[in-house]
Amino acid sequence: MADAINWQTNLDSALNDARRDGKLVLLDFSAAPM
Amino acid sequence: MYPSPTVSALVNEFFVPVRVHVKQKDDFARLSARFNAQWTPTTLIVDASGVERHRIEGFLPRDDFAAQLLLGRAHAARAGGTFDEAERRYQLVIEQYPLAEGAAEAQYWEGVSRYKRTNDAHALIETSQAFERRYQDSTWAKKASVWRQKEAS
Repeated sequence: MADAINWQTNLDSALNDARRDGKLVLLDFSAAPM
Repeated sequence: MYPSPTVSALVNEFFVPVRVHVKQKDDFARLSARFNAQWTPTTLIVDASGVERHRIEGFLPRDDFAAQLLLGRAHAARAGGTFDEAERRYQLVIEQYPLAEGAAEAQYWEGVSRYKRTNDAHALIETSQAFERRYQDSTWAKKASVWRQKEAS
């Protein structure tokens, strides 16, 4: 079973992680019930 | 929410996911203004330097959304000038999600990436021929039609 998604809340931190890990950032604007 | 295991696996493998919820008023206002996100859900694929490389506005079913994630990865490679990697990523969209919304677009940009890599215009002609076999009714087929080799008169 796929792991749950570990959503971050800070874009700058995510960009740093993306640079470190060779990934892209997925920026999700949502109004879905939390 | 991405309840699909398929989508979750893609997100975890290729992306650092950031959620900005409308209830996070300050962050939502700032980031939606910065990226011109005017609707929810809007999902942006942003490269590590903070530049948007692909945008998904509104809901999509699982396979179409997964195809868009892979398409966004391919766009990022093309924008970065790694055309061989872009080709591979566009091919992956077509192979894994041939019926999805982004597949025709992937076929178009795969051809462009091959042309940019080889500087050989035959890549564009072959792409227009590929559209005669598949995705004939798509907007991307219309775009590729300009590359169709003119028949000798």
